[in-house]
Amino acid sequence: MQQGDKTVQNNSQYGIEITKDLTIPKLFCEKAHQYGENRVAMREKEFGIWRPITWYDYLENVKYLALGLLSLGLENGDKVSMIGDNRPEGLWAEMATLCAGGVGVWLFQDSLIEEVKYIIDHSDTKFLFGEGQEEVDKAISIFNECPKFEKIIWDDPKGMRNYDQDCLISLKQVQQLGRELEQQQPQLFREMIDKGHGDEVALLFYTSGTTALPKGALLSHNNMLTMGKYLMAVDPCLATDDYVSYLPFAWIGEQMMSISCGLQVGYTINFPEESETAQDNIREIGPHVMFAPPRMYEQMTRTVQVKYLDATWIKRKLYELSTRIGYHVADLKFQKKPIPWYWAFLDWLAYITVQKKLKDHLGLSRVRNAYTGGAAMGPDHFRFFHALGVNLKQIYGQTEVAGISVVHRSGDIKFDTVGLPIPETEIKITEDGEILTRSQSVFQGYYKNLEATEETLKDNWLYSGDRGFIDDDGHLVVFDRSKDVFTLRDGRPFSPQYLETRLKFSPYVKDSWVIGDKRDYIAAVICIDYSVVGKWADEKKINYTSYQELSQLDQTYKLVEEQIHKANKDLPETARVVKFVNLYKEFDADDDELTRTRKLRRAFVEKRYHNIVDALYSENNMVHIDTTIKYENGRQAHINTDLHIRKVAD
Amino acid sequence: MAVSNAIKEQDVLLEIEDVHMSFGKVLALVGVSLKIRKGEIHSVIGPNGAGKTVMMNIINGLYMPQKGNIHYKGKKINKLKPYKRAKLGIARTFQKVEVFGGMTVLDNIRLGRHIHSKSGIASGSVYIGKTAREEIEHRTFIEEKIIDFLEIQHIRNKPVGMLPYGLQKRVELGRALALEPELLILDEPLAGLNLEEVEDMARFIIDINEDEKWKITCLLVEHDMGVVMDLSDHVFVLNFGNMIIDDTPGEVQNHPEVIKAYLGEEDLYATRR
Repeated sequence: MQQGDKTVQNNSQYGIEITKDLTIPKLFCEKAHQYGENRVAMREKEFGIWRPITWYDYLENVKYLALGLLSLGLENGDKVSMIGDNRPEGLWAEMATLCAGGVGVWLFQDSLIEEVKYIIDHSDTKFLFGEGQEEVDKAISIFNECPKFEKIIWDDPKGMRNYDQDCLISLKQVQQLGRELEQQQPQLFREMIDKGHGDEVALLFYTSGTTALPKGALLSHNNMLTMGKYLMAVDPCLATDDYVSYLPFAWIGEQMMSISCGLQVGYTINFPEESETAQDNIREIGPHVMFAPPRMYEQMTRTVQVKYLDATWIKRKLYELSTRIGYHVADLKFQKKPIPWYWAFLDWLAYITVQKKLKDHLGLSRVRNAYTGGAAMGPDHFRFFHALGVNLKQIYGQTEVAGISVVHRSGDIKFDTVGLPIPETEIKITEDGEILTRSQSVFQGYYKNLEATEETLKDNWLYSGDRGFIDDDGHLVVFDRSKDVFTLRDGRPFSPQYLETRLKFSPYVKDSWVIGDKRDYIAAVICIDYSVVGKWADEKKINYTSYQELSQLDQTYKLVEEQIHKANKDLPETARVVKFVNLYKEFDADDDELTRTRKLRRAFVEKRYHNIVDALYSENNMVHIDTTIKYENGRQAHINTDLHIRKVAD
Repeated sequence: MAVSNAIKEQDVLLEIEDVHMSFGKVLALVGVSLKIRKGEIHSVIGPNGAGKTVMMNIINGLYMPQKGNIHYKGKKINKLKPYKRAKLGIARTFQKVEVFGGMTVLDNIRLGRHIHSKSGIASGSVYIGKTAREEIEHRTFIEEKIIDFLEIQHIRNKPVGMLPYGLQKRVELGRALALEPELLILDEPLAGLNLEEVEDMARFIIDINEDEKWKITCLLVEHDMGVVMDLSDHVFVLNFGNMIIDDTPGEVQNHPEVIKAYLGEEDLYATRR
C-alpha cells in the first residue's frame, strides 16, 4: 500500500492533456510511433509460449486492417461488431474500426444466437469480426435476417476449411486489401486519423440489462479518454506494468483497462492461451493491476477455502494463524490506526510463511491495485483479500460513464463503501436516494432509444437508478438498484444483494437469491456449488448422481442450513433468512436468469420460479417442479421433481 | 465423399488377405480380407465378440495371423513387430485407454514422438547443438499440431491419470498423432464418452482425415452407428469372424444380413440418439 501512496503524489507527470480534438486512434498512433519496435504492446500465449507483439507490429496490423475495412466499403459512422475470446486480433479489429471512422460494438462471446441477432440488427452492423468457426456459424445463421449486415471477417482458420460463402472473408485477406489500397493512396491512413474528432462516437456499448432488452450506450472518444485519464490520476500505472486481459471485451471494465487506460499508459496487455487457462496464465504473468467483477474474486476465495479443507493439519494451522494476523492488521488499517511494531512483525511472518505463496498461486503477487466492480461484493470477501495483503478497492461505475466514477483511494478503504469520486467527477444524491453522476465521461445517449435517453440523461446528469448515500467521510455507499430495494416487515429498507453476497461467502453456495419485499419474512433460493458440495459428499461417502439429486439430499440441506446460519449471524432479526430451498440447477445466463456479467435478473427469476416463491410463503414443505430445460446444443430435458423447503432453526 | 468402387492397386494402403485367427476352439477370424484405400475412413462394425479388436491387433502386430497375409504399401508385414510397424506409419488407439497415468499429458504425447527422434543416448544426455534443435522441432510439432488441434492446452502439464475419461481418450489420440502415422487405427474412440465429447471426437477424426496437415487414413472400429455412417467412406461388417459385407455406408445399411446381425439391435446401440 505504501507503494500506492508514493505514486499518487507524482501523478501529474502521467496525465496527458485531453483536448476535444484527441481521439483514440490519434493517441494510439502517437504511442505506437513513440514506442515502435522497442516495446511490447501485447503478448499472447500461443502454442505454449508467450509471443510478444511490439507497438510497431500493433500499428502495422491495425493500419492494414483499417484500410482493408475502407476498401470493403466502410463509411464514417458505420457499425462494426466484434465477437470472440480476448486475443490480439480482437483489439486490432476494434482499433482498426476506430481508425477507419467506424463505431465498435462488442458482443459477449457466449451470446446465444437470438442475442447476437438482436444486437447486430439493432446496431445496424455492417461488418462483423468473429474469431472462428463458432462465431462464424452464429453470424451465418442470422445473416439473411439482418439487412445491413454485409461481411463476416474471421481470423482463426480452425474448422473453416469447408466454408466458402461469399459473405466470409479472412482477416488476412482484409489486410491484403488494405495493403493494396495503401499502394494507391499512401497518405490515406494518416488523413483518416487526422480527420477524427473527440466528440465522435467511438463505441456502441450494449448494457447487460437486468430487466429488459439490452440498451446501446453511445460513448465518444472523449468519454473513453477522460475516463482513463482520471482513473490513472488516482492510481497511476507504469508503462512497464503488465495487465492480463481475460474478461470479455463486451464488458466496459475490460475496455477501460485495455483501451482507455492501456493506451494512455502504454502498459503491456497479456492475452491468455485459452479461457480455461486464464488462471494459470495470470499466475505466469503476475499482473500489476487487475480489474474484475466480484465473481472472479469470489472464485479465488472459494479456491483458497477449498484447498484449505484439503490441506494437511500443519498447513491448516499455519493458514489459520496467518489469516488471524492478516485480519487483525487489515482491521487496524481499515480503522486507520497505527500498526504496533509487534503486529507489523507478525504480519511480516505471516507474509513470508503463508501469504506470499498464496498470493503467488492466485497470481496476485505483484498486484499494486486490484479493483472490483460491476456488482456488489460482500464485506467478507473484501476483508479476506485485505487480510492477504492485497490492495483491493471497490469501484462504482456503469457503461454510461464509460467505466467508473468512484473508487477507493489507497489507505482510505472502507469495505462498505465504494470510495470517492475520481477527479472532475461530481456525484449527487437525489431526494429519493438515487445516485447521479456528472463528468466529461457521461455518455451521449442510447442508440435509437430517445425515451430511455431522456430518462437517464437530464441536464448532463446521469441518473443511475442505483440507490445510495454519501457517508460522513464523503464516501459513496451504494445500497442497491432502486427497484430491488426491499421493505422489511418493520418498514426498514433492505438490500437483498447484501444478504446474497453474505450467503455467497460460503464456498458451498454458488449463487443465492433472496426474496422478501413487503413479506412477513425473508426467504432464500440457494444454488449449491456442484464441485465443492460434490467433493464434500464424496468425503462423507454420500452417493449422488446429479446436481439435482445432490441438491435435494437431507445432508446437503443440513450443510446449507449451517451456512445460512453463519450468514444470519449479527443481522437484525427481520433481515434474517427464515426459509430456504435448494434449487435443482445453477442459475445460468443462457436461461436468461443472469446477465452475461452474471448479475441476477430478479424480475425474470421471480416470474420463472413463481411457484417456488409461492411455496416459500406457504405452509408447504415441498414444491413440485415440472419443467423443460434447454441445453446449449438445442437438446431439451424434462425435469420432474420435488424440492424440499426448509425452515432455518434459530 | 463420392467413392468409386474400383480399386486401383496403388491406392491400397493396407491389405489383409484371407486372414485366419483362432484361440483354442474359438474362431475369431475366418478368412477375412480387407482393402483400405489411401485417404479414406474405413469402419469396421460388428456385434460384441465379432473379432473386431482381434483384427486390429493383427494389423498393428500385437497378434501374428495364423494364416493369411498383411500387406502395407505393397510390402508383406506379417512378421513385423508392433514398433517396426509403428515406424512404417501404423498407429493406434485402444478401446480402453492405455496411457501412462503418472505422466503428464505432454510427456505422454512426447513418448509418441520418440520414434522420430534421431539423436542417440550420448548426444541426448547433453542438450546442445543438433539434439537441442531436434528437441525444439519436436516440441513445436507437438504444440502447434497436436495440443492446439486437440484443444488440450489447459491440461498440458497435468498427470493423465487425474483427468476425466474423455480427456484421456483425447490424450491417447494425441500420442498416436505424434507418430505422424499414415494409417491410424481407432479402436472405439467414442465408447464411454458423453454427447459433447462424441461430437468433439468425431470432429477430430474428420479433421485428421481431411485436413491438409494430416491426411491420415483411418480405420475406425465403432459401435455408434450414427457416427460410423456419417464419417465412413466404407464400412466393413464382421460377424463371428466372418465378413458380411464391405461397401459404402448406404449399401451396408440396406444389407439384409447386416440389419439382422447388427442394426436390428438398434435399441441396444441407439443410446445416444
